[in-house]
Amino acid sequence: MQRTHNNRAWWLVLPVVIVVAFSAIIPMMTVVNYSVQDIFDPSTRFFVGTEWYREILRDERLHDSLIRQFVYSFAVLAIEIPLGIAVALSMPRKGFMVSLCMILLALPLLIPWNVVGTIWQIIGREDIGLYGWALGQLGIDYNYASNPADAWVTVLVMDVWHWTSLVALLCYSGLRAIPDVYYQAARIDRASPWAVFRYIQLPKLKSVLLIGIMLRFMDSFMIYTEPFVLTGGGPGTTTTFLSQTLTQMAIGQFDLGRAAAFSLIYFLIILLVSWLFYTAMTHQDSDDA
Amino acid sequence: MTTRKRLVMTIYLLFLLVPIYWLLIMSFKSNQEILGGLTLWPENFTFDNYRVIFTDPSWYMGYLNSMSYVVLNMLISLAVALPAAYAFSRYRFLGDKHLFFWLLTNRMAPPAVFLLPFFQLYSSVGLFDTPLAVALAHCLFNVPLAVWILEGFMSGVPKEIDETAYIDGYSFPRFFLTLFIPMIRPGIGVTAFFCFMFSWVELLLARTLTSTEAKPIAAVMTRTVSASGIDWGVLAAAGALTLIPGILVIYFVRNHVAKGFALGRV
Repeated sequence: MQRTHNNRAWWLVLPVVIVVAFSAIIPMMTVVNYSVQDIFDPSTRFFVGTEWYREILRDERLHDSLIRQFVYSFAVLAIEIPLGIAVALSMPRKGFMVSLCMILLALPLLIPWNVVGTIWQIIGREDIGLYGWALGQLGIDYNYASNPADAWVTVLVMDVWHWTSLVALLCYSGLRAIPDVYYQAARIDRASPWAVFRYIQLPKLKSVLLIGIMLRFMDSFMIYTEPFVLTGGGPGTTTTFLSQTLTQMAIGQFDLGRAAAFSLIYFLIILLVSWLFYTAMTHQDSDDA
Repeated sequence: MTTRKRLVMTIYLLFLLVPIYWLLIMSFKSNQEILGGLTLWPENFTFDNYRVIFTDPSWYMGYLNSMSYVVLNMLISLAVALPAAYAFSRYRFLGDKHLFFWLLTNRMAPPAVFLLPFFQLYSSVGLFDTPLAVALAHCLFNVPLAVWILEGFMSGVPKEIDETAYIDGYSFPRFFLTLFIPMIRPGIGVTAFFCFMFSWVELLLARTLTSTEAKPIAAVMTRTVSASGIDWGVLAAAGALTLIPGILVIYFVRNHVAKGFALGRV
């Protein structure tokens, strides 16, 4: 759309800026302030410059947790994106079933995150949970509380359960926007179902997939509540992701300076990745126009 | 082809619904039965777990507290996001692209980063332990999302409509409230749904910013863990009750929710 140049539009944006800035800029400044000081108590604090940053960048525990986080986020994307597309392709075309499937698919998205953790905490247990019990009956020695691999897989399956619907609903809305003429042309050309998918549906899904990948990457990179409820980060540190390491540091050990420096580095990583996605997306928009 | 489709859908929905089913039936079991062995249907159907929740103020107030900050957040988000989304969809202005990106970065800020400063900020302005504090804190990620979705929906409305209205002598507020808003009603519904959803499911900030007066249900649920172990039945009942508002809300926007998930861009 052709937009006219008008700086008075700032007046319309101002409320948003005020509301968001109150919750974003003041806390951010506080974090910056903390990150350059060593704080013993509110009245005893020393300026330490960039010492916390240097320490953070050398901290083994954080490297481990960062690597775990990246591995986890990529595993989430690698499973949820293809599965989401498959589910979207399997949606019924019309009628009452569409609404039903949509509501059922959206169900996991509406459950508070700690309840999601609780649900999986229950169903994964070998004594009172159906899935844990079934695995035990199959002769698989499964225990998410003591076996690191089991814990990691359980957190991953939980995330797939929780969020694949988002990708599926996104892709479904993308698929619905494809005009019928494309399919008619494909029928005339006797295109195989795979060719229809590869050359018609997938290219048309590009923009929604980009949104889906971006949202899933961000949210899985910030995951906190679900693994915290399910495994508490354990056994050991197998499922301790970045947010949890950070919260432990800030609240548990009250290591304010270090936690603040860590927060800023965390934020910068997210910012960098968001910028890449945003650039890709606006680029995409201008391609379409 | 269709049978394969139906098979994929059925298997996926089974995978999706079995854990929820398990939670539901567990909420109707007694703790002895839950721990005693695996039953697919409650042997002694009991409402005791629900009775605990509905008779104890510290439980049901948790639901009311959660609802109050969620609704408050929804109203604030929509009120500030509507004019801003209009500005982004209709005008170019100094720094618009940077502003839009800045808003998005807040959607992507890990809540853990803001825990401590939020606590101090809201304590210092005297909002700590009120629903308003949580509602404002949730604006951090809901307002950018609301602007994003609404902008997508508004860009779908041809600009000629605005121009015709102005020629017909409509003032901006009158045009916006009586003509424009009714036109993007589905978009507003979907945005409200998303604000509701993300505010309802969030726990970390809600728990940090409240202590007793405005404690959300998600934080109350941690009470079921006591010295004698976890009270599984009550925990399941409390979890099951958190599903209801979501189901009610999505029913109203089911026809537009797909477009909303694509952030109004399809």
